[in-house]
Formats: sequence, structure tokens, C-alpha cells
Amino acid sequence: MSFFARFAQNRGALIGLIILTMIILMAILAPLLYPESPWRMVQRPFLSPMEVDGFVLGTDTMGRDVAAGLMHGAWVSLLIGLVSTAVALIIGVPLGAIAGYYGGLIDDGLMRFTEFFQTIPNFALAIVLVAIMQPSVTSIVLAIAIVSWPPVARLVRAEFMSLRHREYVEAARLVGQTNSTIILRQILPNTLSPIIVLASLMVATAILLESALSFLGLGDPNVMSWGYMIGAARTVIRQAWWLSFFPGIAILLTVLALNLVGEGLDDALNPKLARQRQ
Amino acid sequence: MKKSLASAVAACSLVTLPALAEPQAGGVVDTVIQPEPPGLVLGMIQNAPTRTVAGNIYEGLLRYDTDLNPMPQLAESWEVSDDGLTYTFHLRKGVKWHDGEPFTSADVVFSADVFHRELNPSARAVLQHIESIEAPDDHTVVFTLAEPFGPFLISFEAGTFTMVPKHIYEGTDFRNNEANNHPIGTGPFKFANWDRGTVIELVKNEDYYEDGLPYLDGINWHIIPDGASRAVAYENGTVDVLPYGTVENFDVPRLVEMDNSCVTQEGHEYFSPFAMLWMNNREGPTADKRFRQAVMYAMNRDFARDVLWNGLGEVPLSAFGSNARFQNEGLDPYEHDPDKARELLDEMGYDGEEIRLLPLPYGETWNRWAEAVQQNLKEVGINVRTEATDVGGWNQRLGDWDYDLAFTYLYQYGDPALGISRTYISSNIEKGSPWNNVEGYENERVDELFDLAATAHPDEKREEHYHNVQEILHEDVPVGWLLELGFPTIYRCNVKNLVTSGVGVNDGFKDAWIED
Repeated sequence: MSFFARFAQNRGALIGLIILTMIILMAILAPLLYPESPWRMVQRPFLSPMEVDGFVLGTDTMGRDVAAGLMHGAWVSLLIGLVSTAVALIIGVPLGAIAGYYGGLIDDGLMRFTEFFQTIPNFALAIVLVAIMQPSVTSIVLAIAIVSWPPVARLVRAEFMSLRHREYVEAARLVGQTNSTIILRQILPNTLSPIIVLASLMVATAILLESALSFLGLGDPNVMSWGYMIGAARTVIRQAWWLSFFPGIAILLTVLALNLVGEGLDDALNPKLARQRQ
Repeated sequence: MKKSLASAVAACSLVTLPALAEPQAGGVVDTVIQPEPPGLVLGMIQNAPTRTVAGNIYEGLLRYDTDLNPMPQLAESWEVSDDGLTYTFHLRKGVKWHDGEPFTSADVVFSADVFHRELNPSARAVLQHIESIEAPDDHTVVFTLAEPFGPFLISFEAGTFTMVPKHIYEGTDFRNNEANNHPIGTGPFKFANWDRGTVIELVKNEDYYEDGLPYLDGINWHIIPDGASRAVAYENGTVDVLPYGTVENFDVPRLVEMDNSCVTQEGHEYFSPFAMLWMNNREGPTADKRFRQAVMYAMNRDFARDVLWNGLGEVPLSAFGSNARFQNEGLDPYEHDPDKARELLDEMGYDGEEIRLLPLPYGETWNRWAEAVQQNLKEVGINVRTEATDVGGWNQRLGDWDYDLAFTYLYQYGDPALGISRTYISSNIEKGSPWNNVEGYENERVDELFDLAATAHPDEKREEHYHNVQEILHEDVPVGWLLELGFPTIYRCNVKNLVTSGVGVNDGFKDAWIED
């Protein structure tokens, strides 16, 4: 059974994939459908959805087009989700691999270092980091990456520990392959499945974290993100429900879709589950 | 609890004495302060929230009514010599600091001559006209001026010329004095407790020198960082007074329509807050006059007033606001004209260098405003990058001149020599304060005209100099003139006598009382 067929067996995953594709399309099409900056004040403020032609989702407190903000926000949210996950992987995978492969004192040292980050509440640490570095896309990405790499390191370490005494690893060692070759060419490829699944869920978490930071006013003030839209709209939630409703739905759907896709990937990549199904 | 007890007692007395209009003692007023002030030592810190809270702890020699006429405060009477050079203040007797020490003329001399000279740029603008300050006895202070100074008598408001205790500050490092955590003033309320991020509590000064005052047992300044929550706190009765600027403008109409809700626009005549855009005159594109003019043409200031400030306030013509004396009405206004802005940018050869914009971290309206200005500027091709900070960071970066454009608002203090010249004269350039000539504008002619105008006699002469200086400033655009702000104070109608002076709630709780 092909990978995709296994993936598609999970209905939820398929739906998730469709939603995610739509959101990615939104992000890609944003500059084409709404070439103007989403910050541009284009109509009267507080237009409700469909009240005026061309403004399907209405306008915000300053007459900016909510639909334009939503489309451009998709780009920001996905970008931050993906990049910060990539950075977290870059930190977490090598640390976990080294700790798991070598064990002993190196493992102890690295794991204590990891635990140091795990003991601080994620969100609190992220707020502190962004506040210190000043809110910008870079600082937000870094902050999210710094709070989310420990689980990656943990996971990779566990995988490495279980794989490092397998016969094929012993064989590689016997033919004289260096440690780094064994880590990179023998064991790492075999740990990819759980990493991919974890990464898809981390993207979702990162998007939520970014939204929460923006909601608190710690977003990059130069980019229109969904979290910012909700944050800016919360003061007028009673006058204009649509300002926080639509970006809220967008975040909900994106995070849900990513979770569904993650679950599907887990099903498709996990050989045990695959065999059970057969 | 205190309040409900007081109301129960008062309700009983109402049975026997109906329609009582006499002020009633007792009760605690709950209000809000936004944002949380960086400290409460007035004179050392001049942020608006510090003035609002600490104006009830500290006092000045005089206070001012809503027409800016002087009223007695720590000085019970005063005389001005015929040549306008000698001002004699007779201090009230029996005034005590909150720690029990007597308040004397030595404190006045110390505050003016030492404390403010070192720390307070707005007081310094006045002090430079003073030749000597003497205290012939414990209750008399004589200011001798080198030359007449038109606005001298209007510069003794508590926030500008705060009386600080000599016995606590003399000979110490003022900014690091331990007493800064527990401010000691002479005012009607004493500092009781500051639970950071939650509440600042002031309690009645039982030894206050005016008999029977204050009526209130205390004031709780709640710190509620979110605008919507502040509005809700008023709606559900948690707070009774929303001082100016503490709720978002679009909430004002809804709150005013509530039962037992009153609103006043009075109480900031002394300040006439003027929102401005600092532009760094020292370096980068903002050092070019044409760039600064382009910014003025690029901004849609009417939009800001109508949409962001609900139509409150006025778009200023130039450096002198409409409430200011001696405004030159003959200047050409900077209309919203993006094409003209682009032309000016082309002419100077602006190359798209990044411009850093600091919003004022005072709430959502200010954030939205920064977004609007950023968008306005982007539309004429200025590459603006907003850098958000908290209040401390904003103070520090302006004090270090580490910005290109920055929002602020400044008070005008009733006379150009007090509230306006300080922004433009070169002697007021000094690192470390966000309230002086932060933009770094230097123009000898402007210095000279402001100098002449401050000391000219009579007013017609002053007017002439001020008109000339406005023409130069209007052309040079040292800062952007955004809006003269209109700030409503919203309060429960049964809080009586709240706004009695030109500084409103900043010293208004002294006379306020709660009717049941």
C-alpha cells in the first residue's frame, strides 16, 4: 500500500489536508487577490460583513479590510509556524541524537540542560524572550523555537537509545564507519517518522503561540497576523464581533487541520499500525 | 466594605435631613490609572499617570481654576512688585509633611533651587529667569527675577513645581533615594501601598491643613492594563471614576449613556495635551527639513481625529495649539497631501532608508494611531518600521535619542513660555529625559525669539515675537504636530465636586465627596 493510500485511510487526515491546502492557497494568493497592504485604510470603519460590496468580511476599527488581513495573516502564521519549527528541530535533533547515541556523561549533561528549559513554563518564557529582544518576526520565531525544542530532543534521544544497539548499527560500526556517519546515515533516517509527526504538531503549537503573543501585544507591529487581529479587536468585541470571529475561526481551522494531518502521518508512517490494519 | 458602611450611616441621616447638599465625609473612590506609572515622585517623573496619582500626594504653591486663575494652595497669599521682578509668597502655617516634619520655606527653596534645577526640564525653563530665591523667614519665600517673565505666576502647579521634602532629599542621590518608594508630600492623601500591577492605594491625610478636607477616606488607583476591562470595571461598578485617557475612545459614548454616569471635558485646561511626533533632527532622513515636511503632508490627521479619537480634539495648525495664547493664525495649514509629500521626498533624494517609529505605549488607541501613521507614510514611499516598547523602554529610548520618529503628547501649561518653548529651544537639549528638546532642533533665531517673547512686556510685544517664531517653526517642522487631544473624564454622578481645577482629577480628589 502506498504511503498516500495509508494516509488517506484516515478520513480526518484527509479533511485536515484539504483545509491545510486551502490555507496555504490563501497565503499564496493573498498578494494576488489583495495586492494592497492589509494595513491600508480603505473604507469606513466598522462595516459589518457583506454590508458593502467588495468587503465580504467587513472592515475593522480603522477601516481596514478584514478579508485582506485574514489572507495576509495566513502567510504570517504559516511562515512563523514553519520557520520556528525548523529552528526548533535544528536545535533539538542534534542534541537528542548526540545524547542518545553516546549516552553516559554526555547524555546526562545534555538532558540536564534540556530539563532546564522544560521546567520553565513555555508561554512565560516566550513572553520574556520576546519582551527582551523586542517584538519582531525574528524574535518571535526564536522565542517559539527556544521554548519548543526540548520535546524534540527528548524524542530523538529515546529513538537513538533504542536503535543504537541494533544489528545494522553494530554492523556499520564493524565495517569502520565513523560515529558521525552512523548517526547521520544509519540511525537518523530511521527516526524520521516520529520526528515528522511531532513536527506537524509543533507547527500547530507554534501558530497558537504566535497568536497568543500577538494577542498580548507582543507581535511584530509591522505584520498583520491573526493573533494581532484578535488582540486589536478584543476591545471592540461588543460592537464588532466579526473582527475577532473570523481570525479566530482561521486559527481554529489551521490548528485543527495540522493536528489531523499529524495524526494521519502518524498512521501512515507507523509500521506497526500499518501492519495491524492489513 | 468601608463604603457600604458609610452609605448605610448616611442613609439614616438622610431620613432626618432630606435634600442635604452639604458635602459628606467618608467613602473610598475606586478609579483606574493607565498605564501604571514608573514611579510616584512628582518632579522627578513627569509622565501623565504619575501626575494624576501623585498630584494628590504632593502639592505646589498654587493651584489653578479652569480659567487658569491662580488659587492658594501651600501659599496662602502672594504679592507681585510693580516692576514685575519680585514675587513674594506667604506660606500657610502649620503644614506638615506626611512624615510629621513641618513644611517651611526651606523646602520651597530646596525644591526650586536644587531639586528641580537638576531633575525637571519644565521647571528649569522657569528657573532660568530667576535671579535668586530667598527665605527671609520660615513662612515667606521671595523670588527675584532677572527680568519680567510673563507666565511666572502660572508655573506653580503641583506637577510642574512640586514641593518636595528637603529633609529627605538634601544631599542624597535623588534618583536612587530610598524614599522614592514611599513618596512623602504635603497633599490631602498619603501614599499607603503600591501592589505592583494591581493597585496603588492612597489614604486620607488626617493632619491635612484645610479643616474637614479631604472628605474621602482614600483613593484606590486600580491598574487594569486592558482597555476593554477598564470599561467593564466601570460598567460593573468596580470603579467609579475613569480619569481622562483611561478608556478607549470608542467606549466613551456607551459609558456616558449609562445611568448615573456623568462626563466632563473640563479639567485639562492647564495641560491642553498636544500629541506630537518626535522627529530626530540629528541624523538620518529625519534630519532633512524636507523629509519632516513630507511627513506632515503624508499624515491624514483629520482621519486620526475622526476615527481614532471619535471626533474629540482639534487638528493643530502649527506649533501653537488653539488653546495656547499668541497663536499665529495666518500660517498655511499642512493639509493631507500625499503627492506633495512624494515630491518633497523626491527632491531630497530619499533612498528608502528604514525609519524607526516608536508608538506611545499608552493603550490601543495609540497603537492604532501608530499603525495609521505608518500606513500613511508607507503610502508616500517612506520605509517605516514600528518598534513596540513598554513605557520604561519608551522613556529610555527617547532619553537616549535612539529613534527616528516617536509618538508623544506634551502639555502646554497655559503659556508658550512654559509648555511650548521647551520643545524647541536648544538650551533644553540634554540626554536622559523624554520631555525636553528630544528632537535635537537647534536654531539660534528661534532661541532668541522665544527668549524675547518670554520676557517682553506688555503682551502685544510678546505676541509679535511669538508670531515670528511660529513662522520659522512652521517652515522647519522640528516635530510633527498631530492633534490637540480632547480627554473626557467619566464618573458616577454621585461623586461630587471632582473636577474643580484646571488639572482635573490630578488634584481634584481633595474636594471630592460621595453623595449617597
